[in-house]
Amino acid sequence: MRTLVTLGVVIVAMAAAIAAGVTWSKATVAPKLALDLEGGTEIILTPVPEAQASGQVTSTTISQAINVIRQRIDASGVAESQISSQGSGSSAKIVVSLPGQPSQDTVKLVTTSAQMEFRPVLQQAAPTPTPSPTASATAGATPAPTASAPAAGSTPDATATAAASSAASAAPTPTPSPSATAAAGAGPSSPSDAAYYVTPEVQKQFDSLDCSNQKNLTGGVNGPADAAFVTCSQDGTSKFILGPVELQGRHISAASSGLNILPNGTTGTEWVVNLKLDGQGTTQFAATTTRLVKETPPLNQFAVVLDGLVVSAPAVNEIIPNGQAVISGSFTRSSAATLANQLSFGSLPVSFQVESQQQISATLGSEQLQKGLLAGLIGLVLVVVYSLIQYRVLGFLTVSSLVLAAIITYLVITLLSWLQGYRLSLPGVAGLIVAIGITADSFIVYFERIRDELRDGRPLTAAVEHGWARARRTIIVSDAVNFMAAAALYVLAIGSVRGFAFTLGLTTLIDLAIVFFFTHPMMEILSKVPFFASGHRLSGLDPRRLGVEGFRYVGRGRVVVEPKGAAEADRPGQAWPTKQPAAVGVPGMTIAERRAAARRGGTGAPPDGSAPTPDERPTTEGGEH
Amino acid sequence: MAAGFSQWGNDLYTGKRSYDIVGHRRWWFSVSGLLVVAAIVLLFAPGLNPGIEFRGGSEFVVTGAANRDQQKAVDVVAAVDHQEVALVTTMGTSSLRVQTRELSSSDVEVVREGLAKAYGVSVNAVTSTYIGPTWGADVSKKAVTGLVVFLVLVALVMTLYFRNWRMAVAAIVALFHDILITAGVYAAVGWEVTPATVIGFLTILGYSIYDTVVVFDKVRENTDGVIHQSRYTYSEKANLAVNQTLVRSINTSVVALLPVAGILFIGAFVLGAGTLRDIALALFVGMLVGAYSSIFLATPLEVALREREPEMIALRKRVLAGRAQAAGVDGEPVAAGVLAAPLVGPLRPGAHQGSAAQPKRRRK
Repeated sequence: MRTLVTLGVVIVAMAAAIAAGVTWSKATVAPKLALDLEGGTEIILTPVPEAQASGQVTSTTISQAINVIRQRIDASGVAESQISSQGSGSSAKIVVSLPGQPSQDTVKLVTTSAQMEFRPVLQQAAPTPTPSPTASATAGATPAPTASAPAAGSTPDATATAAASSAASAAPTPTPSPSATAAAGAGPSSPSDAAYYVTPEVQKQFDSLDCSNQKNLTGGVNGPADAAFVTCSQDGTSKFILGPVELQGRHISAASSGLNILPNGTTGTEWVVNLKLDGQGTTQFAATTTRLVKETPPLNQFAVVLDGLVVSAPAVNEIIPNGQAVISGSFTRSSAATLANQLSFGSLPVSFQVESQQQISATLGSEQLQKGLLAGLIGLVLVVVYSLIQYRVLGFLTVSSLVLAAIITYLVITLLSWLQGYRLSLPGVAGLIVAIGITADSFIVYFERIRDELRDGRPLTAAVEHGWARARRTIIVSDAVNFMAAAALYVLAIGSVRGFAFTLGLTTLIDLAIVFFFTHPMMEILSKVPFFASGHRLSGLDPRRLGVEGFRYVGRGRVVVEPKGAAEADRPGQAWPTKQPAAVGVPGMTIAERRAAARRGGTGAPPDGSAPTPDERPTTEGGEH
Repeated sequence: MAAGFSQWGNDLYTGKRSYDIVGHRRWWFSVSGLLVVAAIVLLFAPGLNPGIEFRGGSEFVVTGAANRDQQKAVDVVAAVDHQEVALVTTMGTSSLRVQTRELSSSDVEVVREGLAKAYGVSVNAVTSTYIGPTWGADVSKKAVTGLVVFLVLVALVMTLYFRNWRMAVAAIVALFHDILITAGVYAAVGWEVTPATVIGFLTILGYSIYDTVVVFDKVRENTDGVIHQSRYTYSEKANLAVNQTLVRSINTSVVALLPVAGILFIGAFVLGAGTLRDIALALFVGMLVGAYSSIFLATPLEVALREREPEMIALRKRVLAGRAQAAGVDGEPVAAGVLAAPLVGPLRPGAHQGSAAQPKRRRK
């Protein structure tokens, strides 16, 4: 009884959680549907290791790639996209699901590989549009309410910014770059030539850029490689004008984080990021650092740009000729690790190949769902009819257990779709319909065991107790096997197989819960209800139908001749079961029964002596213990 | 009908009526063997029909088409690519699926527009898909990995639970039997093998083992302590278990098959090609064969393995000797071969087992 109440409380709690979620959060009453039911585009990408880098595709690279793709899609404004990795190791795939019909640009965004660049910093400023450093704290509130778009015309103060003027003044300083044959201002003297790159337009864009607005921090595509590029830092703490690309991210061969190495060779206490470049990268970076080291701040910085945002902008302290740079600063252990990760992503030795791009029509999906549910419903009705024929009134217990299982499954799936982003796919629906059979089987195993015990002559309460003890083992081990199948598939499989395995595993667990916390407690209660306990003809547990007829041994040599429908509650619980038709070659009655029959002037002793075999030690088969 | 079925169940339980399934195991083995051979032949002769997920190519789906004349789609594709004969299937009540070999993206657009015009729908109602040839193969490769891992796990768990590796072996043999026959039927029907089919096959794994475990659990229970008695042989006890679970197996199979049959029916006759239909066919056949194999293949096989154990051979000798002796006591001529097995059923405590069962002095 207590278990029933507990189960009820759990169900109500889940329903309440969903109701609360609907009211105050983003939960929905119905579970969210996957692409095949809702319509949309699914792109499956296979990582391809790049030829020149003999890198392996590891789960780390995959998860980094997913982060980058997610950032790009979010930046493009497509809501509710789903990006997940499936499989592992060299056969891993990235599955990108986009609702609706995304534009060609969005698709391109997903499929291009990550872009990391090193650019020189031309200007750096506080993130807000009003560039005066003192106003930065209040700036977000006062000027140009949510001036998100760079060209929103939020007219910054005409009084030129401190940073801008300093940059302007820094520009004329001749930068001794190798190719410093500046043809009279016709071309840039170097990538750090702010006078050339920072045109009034760029300056205006820079001034109006508001990096404290989240919208500008979603990243996107890097600007053209040979022009200035205005962007924010990834954390939104400052904004930059960057020069043209000096070094492509693919030249990074490794990046790692660790404690700094002091000049005497011992390990220090400061967290740093170590960067290693390949041959071409070393040459280019040596040239860049040679130039930058002579610049004044902020021009001596180079920015690491990943997908349109500045990940880090370290200043150059010395010329780095060997391609092994150390970025130091006020890193914590985790921030150093993050930067190292991002840097190594620039060196991801993979590009992505579109394996399949599938547009899924919502009409077709919903038709399949409708018809599938209809089929499931028809199947369910047939199951109900069959159980009622087979188990009579007891069939209603099957039906109510199935209904309860359906309710719990629905609630769990809705909860998961809210909390975990689970989506119901068509194979998932098929899994649910298949689960009807496996769930119902638990009840069938249980009921058949109870009937077996009744056939052995037990009264109903004892039959339920013994039948449960035996059926429980069978149910647990068979469900365990089923769950194993689902788990193995879920862990190893990809694509639609996963959705199916998930629902199969889920329903197996729910099946166990229902049998343990609903069907069995209900059965215990029902076994005390006179209708079942007396073995009513329609109860499905009628001992007479099960071959236990007429006489009943009630202990101490007494036999009761039961009228139809008599209760068997007067029997002692552990009485030896007696009556059943012809077991081991003795188509007769017990001694007590024969005596009772003789008393009634009946047929007398049955033919005896036809049992040819020697006796055996008691075994468990009669179910007597 | 139900009353008859119920009485039948009673008789099976008590052993009054018994089908000697285990005894005729050679016969069942040959039936299963024949089925498997037929399935293998079918897998080669018509062979499985790989879907576009395994072939690779472009696929167009026209939804809401006013008419479903398939020739139009063939014409549209032929206009773009002269050698290509498109594969057109109807889906659902108003959709068409057109499959071609891989087309360039400009061709894809042309075909989309052409199809939209041909069927009088807007271009947006024509979806296009490009599927690489490795996609389906990858799914299958994963599935095979899953299968191997699952088999190892199952073998371990069953060996631990039943304390006997023979049951695990029999269950796994039955599993392969089920999968092969299902695949054979699938090949014979000729529907395309899609990832959904693979899912169906994978489910059969779980279901086949599940069903076998339920039957084996009854066998285990019935044969518990079998060597400590000399009334019945292991085969007879196992056969009783099979007979006793027959009602449960039938009930379960019916209940499990009814919803699947529902999907299969709607899938095959209303929806046409698609996920539901493919899964349902694999499941329907697999569940049917799975229920058959747990009773007629797995258990007899387990018994055949078990009867080779020295303990079981000794038991068999003991039982037969006991029966011969009992027959001799009754004063009848004893011919060892003629001795029929007694009615095998659960012992009924309190029943008189005849004078032969009384304690007596052993003959010297």
